[in-house]
Amino acid sequence: MEGLVSLAFKAIFVENLALAFFLGMCTFLAVSKKIGTAIGLGISVIVVQSITVPANNLILQHLLAPGALAWAGFPDIDLTFLGLISYIGVIAAMVQILEMTLDKYFPPLYNALGIFLPLITVNCAILGGSLFMVERDYNFAEATTYGISSGIGWALAITAMAGVREKLKYSDIPDGLQGLGITFITAGLMAMGFMSFSGVNL
Amino acid sequence: MGARKFFDRIEPNFTKGGKWEKWFPVYEMVESFLYTPKTVTTAAPHARSFIDMKRIMTYVVIATIPTILVGLWNTGYQANSAIAALGQTDPEGWRQVILASLGIGFNPLNPIANFLHGFMYFLPIYIVTLVVGGFWEVLFATIRRHEVNEGFLVTSMLYVLIMPATAPLWQVALGISFGVVIGKEVFGGTGKNFLNPALVGRAFLYFAYPASMSGDAVWVPVDGFSGATALSVAASDGMQALAAEGVTWWGAFLGTIQGCLGETSALACFIGLAFLLATRIANWRLVVGCLGGMIGLSLIFNLVGSADNPMFAMPWYWHLVIGGYAFGLAFMVTEPVSASHTNLGRYIYGALIGVMVVMIRVINPAFPEGMMLAILFANIFAPLIDYFVARANIARRVKRNA
Repeated sequence: MEGLVSLAFKAIFVENLALAFFLGMCTFLAVSKKIGTAIGLGISVIVVQSITVPANNLILQHLLAPGALAWAGFPDIDLTFLGLISYIGVIAAMVQILEMTLDKYFPPLYNALGIFLPLITVNCAILGGSLFMVERDYNFAEATTYGISSGIGWALAITAMAGVREKLKYSDIPDGLQGLGITFITAGLMAMGFMSFSGVNL
Repeated sequence: MGARKFFDRIEPNFTKGGKWEKWFPVYEMVESFLYTPKTVTTAAPHARSFIDMKRIMTYVVIATIPTILVGLWNTGYQANSAIAALGQTDPEGWRQVILASLGIGFNPLNPIANFLHGFMYFLPIYIVTLVVGGFWEVLFATIRRHEVNEGFLVTSMLYVLIMPATAPLWQVALGISFGVVIGKEVFGGTGKNFLNPALVGRAFLYFAYPASMSGDAVWVPVDGFSGATALSVAASDGMQALAAEGVTWWGAFLGTIQGCLGETSALACFIGLAFLLATRIANWRLVVGCLGGMIGLSLIFNLVGSADNPMFAMPWYWHLVIGGYAFGLAFMVTEPVSASHTNLGRYIYGALIGVMVVMIRVINPAFPEGMMLAILFANIFAPLIDYFVARANIARRVKRNA
């Protein structure tokens, strides 16, 4: 249990997907203009991340890993080379199913998330989460914790970014830097603030 | 009144259409430095107040004077003590040559010798900061046609006070350039930034050149002398080792310990803080929040305890006096631009800093000191805190009037 708590802390702050690994930058920079939408996107990333990372973990353990197919009578088969394509397929399918479920049963939430759900199919933070899970050999409990908390970390980062950007509306930014330019600088400076966690070893 | 007449006479040259129109920011800088700015609000409502930007910034500079004085003395005291401890008879370097030729000597018991010795470390850093930072400030002001703001005086002073005495001057120049340009001017100048520019510059140097910004050898400017800060002693060997090193609580409170130029004396910082609170430049809610967060988390850590991490046992009154906590609390937490702007938000913002600083000091082995990073971290979340406080207020009002 203690291990899971420190894993969660690490995934949220120390190894923040957005501000330590700079993953999911396209949505991070593009959809952080308003706090409201940033929160919506953040929540969808948390949801998708906490579904896909454990799902991919199951697929890895029971289908792809060397010897994983022993239950089907193929103890010598190693299908890890199919990893990338299956993870992406799972993410796309999961997002699609999630979208249809929300549309059918929770229309207000569906309308709130709107375009962001399909958008995060191609978010590198989501795929990055699954790949980190593979690389670090997480078991199912760890994968679930990591999925949820890395999503929370990303959501936290984009919400803070949106807060700063709403404040920067009152700034007087030089012409050449307006828009994406200042956003890049802001993201860099925020990453410097998040450096306060680098090196925490729980 | 001769100078006033002179300014009135040359002013038309700088206003629109004048022959030196481009140099208006420079004229305005010198003029408003000497006289009260005469710009007033043109549109209603007109609230009368004696406070203006110049007065705020000047008060902050005044508030730093105690830390500067103690810092100068302490830097010299540390250097002279090290010279005495190493038994150097004729130390090398231009500062020492000057001191020796003036016949002042290096006696650590002589306050004037300490003071002058420290002054010679402070002065080059301060001059470089003013010249380089001032260059960027004037350049941006001239091209972007805004005014050179007194805020730069505060930024430069705070930046110098959080430098180690041995900082190479080119790094000082690089750091203040980064702080002024990236930390402030790209956002449009004073009041439009979201991070504290002095801290941005310092953090930049800290991550770019860790060897000359942290460690044991940078605090005392004497070759071959290495002295760890109180925080790194406590982090590696525990509170008992601190006493063995000769660091007492009163020493840390008064400022006879190793550290950056102006941060060592908690007492001097608190005098400055009291001045800022009395003049209402600093908001007391920020201070209360920051103290509360720090005391709360350190008490929790005291209770939890840890077998292999001695920092868990550090009591809050030690956290208060060592490292940059007191300095940050007085001059950086209270900075109004990068803090939260709502009253409830100020408590939360302060508490976030207090919690973060103890968190970094205790459970992050990579950094012995955390005040700088804690403040930068809280700066990032300040607008978000305001947003949620405002939303909560709106929700409450809607409910009340429903």
